Amino acid sequence: MFDQLKDKFQSVFDGLSKKGSLSEADVESALREVRLALLEADVSLPVAKHFIASIKEKAIGAASIKSVRPDQQVIKIVHDGLVEMLGGDAAPLAVDVAPPAVILMAGLQGSGKTTTAGKLALRLKDRHKKKVMVASLDMTRPAAREQLRLLGEQADVGVLPESDTETPLQLANRALQMAKLKAYDVVILDTAGRLSVDEALMDELRAIKQATNPHEVLLVADALTGQDAVNTAQAFHDAVGVSGIVLTRMDGDSRGGAALSMRHVTGMPIKFVGMGEKQDALEEFVPDRLAGRILDMGDVVALVEKAAAAIEEEEAMRMAKRMASGKFDMNDFLNQLRQLQKMGGLSGILGMLPGIGKMQKQLNAAGMDDSMLKRQEAIILSMTKKERVSVGLLNASRRKRIAAGSGTSVQDVNRVVKQYQEMAKMMKRMGSKAGAAGLKAMMGGLGGGGAGGAGLGGGMPSAGQMPEMDAEAMKKLSSGLPASMGGQMFGKGGLGGMPGLGGLPGLGGHGGKSKRKK
Amino acid sequence: MSWFRKLTDGLKKSSSKMTESLSGLFTSKKIDADSLEDLEEALIASDMGPHVAAAIARELAAVKFDGEADADKWRLALAEILQQKLTPLEKPLTVSSDHRPHVILLVGVNGSGKTTTCGKLARKFQDEGKSVMLAAGDTFRAAASEQLQGWGLRTDTPVISGEAGGDAAALAYRAMQQAHEAGTDVLIIDTAGRLQNRTELMEELAKIHRVIGKFDDSAPHDSIIVLDGTVGQNAIAQTKAFAEVASLTGMIITKLDGSAKGGIIVALGDDFGLPVHMVGVGEGVDDLESFGARDYAAALVGIEADDLPQNTDAEDKEA
Ligand SMILES: Nc1nc2c(ncn2[C@@H]2O[C@H](COP(=O)(O)OP(=O)(O)OP(=O)(O)O)[C@@H](O)[C@H]2O)c(=O)[nH]1
Ligand SMILES: [Mg+2]
Repeated sequence: MFDQLKDKFQSVFDGLSKKGSLSEADVESALREVRLALLEADVSLPVAKHFIASIKEKAIGAASIKSVRPDQQVIKIVHDGLVEMLGGDAAPLAVDVAPPAVILMAGLQGSGKTTTAGKLALRLKDRHKKKVMVASLDMTRPAAREQLRLLGEQADVGVLPESDTETPLQLANRALQMAKLKAYDVVILDTAGRLSVDEALMDELRAIKQATNPHEVLLVADALTGQDAVNTAQAFHDAVGVSGIVLTRMDGDSRGGAALSMRHVTGMPIKFVGMGEKQDALEEFVPDRLAGRILDMGDVVALVEKAAAAIEEEEAMRMAKRMASGKFDMNDFLNQLRQLQKMGGLSGILGMLPGIGKMQKQLNAAGMDDSMLKRQEAIILSMTKKERVSVGLLNASRRKRIAAGSGTSVQDVNRVVKQYQEMAKMMKRMGSKAGAAGLKAMMGGLGGGGAGGAGLGGGMPSAGQMPEMDAEAMKKLSSGLPASMGGQMFGKGGLGGMPGLGGLPGLGGHGGKSKRKK
Repeated sequence: MSWFRKLTDGLKKSSSKMTESLSGLFTSKKIDADSLEDLEEALIASDMGPHVAAAIARELAAVKFDGEADADKWRLALAEILQQKLTPLEKPLTVSSDHRPHVILLVGVNGSGKTTTCGKLARKFQDEGKSVMLAAGDTFRAAASEQLQGWGLRTDTPVISGEAGGDAAALAYRAMQQAHEAGTDVLIIDTAGRLQNRTELMEELAKIHRVIGKFDDSAPHDSIIVLDGTVGQNAIAQTKAFAEVASLTGMIITKLDGSAKGGIIVALGDDFGLPVHMVGVGEGVDDLESFGARDYAAALVGIEADDLPQNTDAEDKEA
């Protein structure tokens, strides 16, 4: 959806990467390009300017940090800036209140309010098990009420019976009465589209809001919107206090900069995105993922570069040698854990991979979150030096001591030991030049590790495409993220290409089954 | 109320109108770099896109005045540049009696204003003494056909419609037959909104266009993209894609009664040169006006249209 913007940034940063260092002038010229890209992406001018100003400060200050390539730093800063601008995690819809929860839909003509009202109704009914009613207050557009009635019937939710004589305000009041009488959990009020400059209609909206006291006021806006996004968002927010934004037509190929604009001027989260005309085509908005995609470092370029920046060269060499000789102890395991954390943890890495959103939920459900990395680290740190080198020493009483020392349970300790053993096995196999088979097993690790078998191992390159397992490749593998291979396998940006993930501690042999929700 | 008034009113009410951003810009004889940048930004804020905005700013910077320059002169010069660019796009929608029916196909992305424009156009041609028929070619969206029927009632126009979920191309063909038999002057065919990156839906539109041509190989006589005036740079991708499958002959821009400035018209003119037949300035049946380059340029810059020359010289050049 944000592909064009991604392309834009890509070309900007391609230009940067070719240079060795980044001067203040470089930052300036890079940011001019970024600004142009934002404007072409329909980010509203004041928002683009604000963003650039905030980035510039950080970028110039940051360019002096040693050992990280300056262009990578700018990438990181722009990315973080976008994440920040797109906002933290969206708050869930406020529907778990004393019923009926009232949701008021508002927006310009043709922005997609009615369709979205239908989608929301279906979602709340199916996923939240709510008893939902929809009510159209649109007395302006011909057949608007019929449209919502049809959508309501399709979703099998309640529909406010139509009447030709009532005003929108009267309809709203009647909808609330009926919702109370018939014990609906949620009532969704669809309103007529209106221009923010239409004072009479904005007054009407205010009156509806006052009378119904909604728990959510959702501004429904078109992802195709241009510069006007700021004006509209501001005007609606000033008039009725928007609580969230729904961005429609995100299945189109617009750059969608309007999302950034509206998020910024209202300060309210983008709660959902419309991804099609079907009633189930409503998705939660994921700011992290979107920012990653905007930069197109969404896929593995960023991952590889971040990893490359985070990992000391000698350390990688040392690891490579050890791996080649088949040695891999708890200290090495600990190292890998820490590298993983440096790269932004599991969620950081997964968030950068397009399409992983759904996976991530499964991973979370399986207890595979970032706190797990910390737990694992604590466990290894509670081992003695001897234990770390000779894991065989870990008998039941030692494990009990380690659990107590790290504030975890013996099961947790067992799990870490098991993961270590599996990883060591893989390393050995590769060390003995078992080659492709070993690597494949390693990459398949995640799929079999209890992440829900979501097919992460799929799309593996055939053995023929595997690079030779020489010391050089080992070195890269040991960094957890083979850069050269990344280029080949991650290239298409799909989930299929996630080599190395299986080899990352914490993902490999995790017994997620035990924690899986029922 | 003239559309120019509505547009100006809309712009006046919007918080960051170009008029405001431009005043105080032009004070000296030469535009300095800062003013030029401000100007560029004001143009961008109207949705012209950064490249077109930069080109126009450069053009303005090259203007030379005899004698003293002042803000008014600069403003007028800017409006004239815009007027010049837009005048070739002026071409009110007219129907000839060569074809009966004269077929007008309306296409565009979801919610851009196609159905409403069908109703407004029906009224316009009736006012010109023509007989009109409407075809509810949106068989997909819930209550789309009822919506067009609403406009049929309002304008007292017959509406040909089919079953929900039916074949839109077949319906268009049937409507052509009926309009032909009834000797109707103008047949206006509404279509379902579709995003231009949905290939299967674009193919469906290509089929509708083809089938219309089967009945009368000169039809559709107008194939018009209806664009939402609040749209951003994506309008260019939209126009390109719709031109490919539906051989566009013109555009109608809606919702120019709001705070959006519709600067995309300038960018589209640059890229495609398709005429802007009409602009939508409200939800009422009469809220449809011919596009006037002079009025639009004046409204955008914030001067009176009377200050600009009549468009006649541009037409002379073409002749
Ligand atoms: N203010 C204003 N509203 C308009 C104008 N033209 C259309 N609208 C409104 O925009 C909304 C969408 O218009 P429709 O005519 O249904 O658009 P459409 O392109 O047929 O939509 P789909 O068939 O759903 O793709 C309606 O609420 C119209 O009343 C205009 O010029 N000004
Ligand atoms: Mg329609």
